[in-house]
Amino acid sequence: MNPESKQALIDYLITMADDELILGHRNSEWCGHAPILEEDIAFANIALDEIGHAIVWYELAADLQGEEREAYANHMVYFRDVRDYRNTQLVELPKGDWAFTMLRQYLFDQFEMMRLEKLAQSSYAPFAEAATKIRTEEIYHLRHTQAWARRLGLGTEESHRRMQAALNDLWPYALALCEPSNRAELLTQGGYIPDSRALKTAWLEQVTAYLGEVGLAIPTDSSNLPLSRTHHTEHLGQLLSDLQQVARLDPMAKW
Amino acid sequence: MISDVVQEIWQALDEVKDPEIPVVSLVEMGIVRDVVIDKSQVIITITPTFSGCPALHAMKTDIVQRLNTLGYANVEIQTTFTPAWSSDWISESARAKLREFGLAPPPIHHGDLNVMLWEVATCPYCGSTKTSIRNSFGPTACRMIYYCNACNQPFEQFKPL
Ligand SMILES: [Zn+2]
Repeated sequence: MNPESKQALIDYLITMADDELILGHRNSEWCGHAPILEEDIAFANIALDEIGHAIVWYELAADLQGEEREAYANHMVYFRDVRDYRNTQLVELPKGDWAFTMLRQYLFDQFEMMRLEKLAQSSYAPFAEAATKIRTEEIYHLRHTQAWARRLGLGTEESHRRMQAALNDLWPYALALCEPSNRAELLTQGGYIPDSRALKTAWLEQVTAYLGEVGLAIPTDSSNLPLSRTHHTEHLGQLLSDLQQVARLDPMAKW
Repeated sequence: MISDVVQEIWQALDEVKDPEIPVVSLVEMGIVRDVVIDKSQVIITITPTFSGCPALHAMKTDIVQRLNTLGYANVEIQTTFTPAWSSDWISESARAKLREFGLAPPPIHHGDLNVMLWEVATCPYCGSTKTSIRNSFGPTACRMIYYCNACNQPFEQFKPL
């Protein structure tokens, strides 16, 4: 792998890891607060899985840089500032209501699933192996969020109204998931990652069909603002202060 | 002979229990993949059931401690995703122990994780298949929750993976 591709792949892995970490943290905020006990358990598990996946991606990025895995992951999670994070704004938005949380998770899971299926064929073997592993776990997430999208979309007048409102709010942010990362074309040419445009087309087709089936309409007038991964809302700063507070109080602490 | 030593280590690892399911060993669960001796170092390769499994740290510590007591001071543990852990690897002996523990073993899927098939789980208490899924998630990453309509008890199943 040439140095340019290597750096691009590291950057790509960090976008994936940051998305999973921040979404995992948002999901963990339901712990003790979910509308029913089963969902409290479900979202605690989904949070645990997503944060676990983030660690896998950080570790692959560490390997490419010859860094020690655990120290690198700890640094990336606890000691970076807002401007260094490369997650999409989609995942940093506050958890909102149950419809918002569920729909965001569904949109993310569907994208993640389709991307992992492709990444399982990555020409970088460690990437392909991790994607193959994580894909089997994501099956459970997608099954869960699909079922809930159906239940809420076709449920009561109120659940439908909340889901449609959530979709209207989330849509421009969700589209940003599909935006190609830094030098993505170079990575696609090398067979490291799937083609961003093809993935976006496939994802759009899938979510449009499924959401239509559950009574939800994709907003047509949503501003297609280019939401860059280098710009964040004020919500990320608040999230990080929560996530990083203890680690920064005593950086040398051993757990 | 080297192979006797390797054999001894495998036997020792078969006494190290899964931290979340203390009735089965890491070997029976298919988590220990390889034992290699390189000069004075013992290299153990393990594969996590779930990539984010929070018990992984405990497993590593337990393995090192067990081998230390056997006199192996220099133990290195590597993790691999190749091939990814499959619940099909859980041995027959472990499946029986899981059932006794009240945890339904995962159905054998031969690599085909067909979602619909999982809807049928066998109750570990009464053996009935008149069961229904209550939650795809449970008290640990690797379990889900069912209800048995025959003996009216909730139970957990190890997730097919
Ligand atoms: Zn029963």
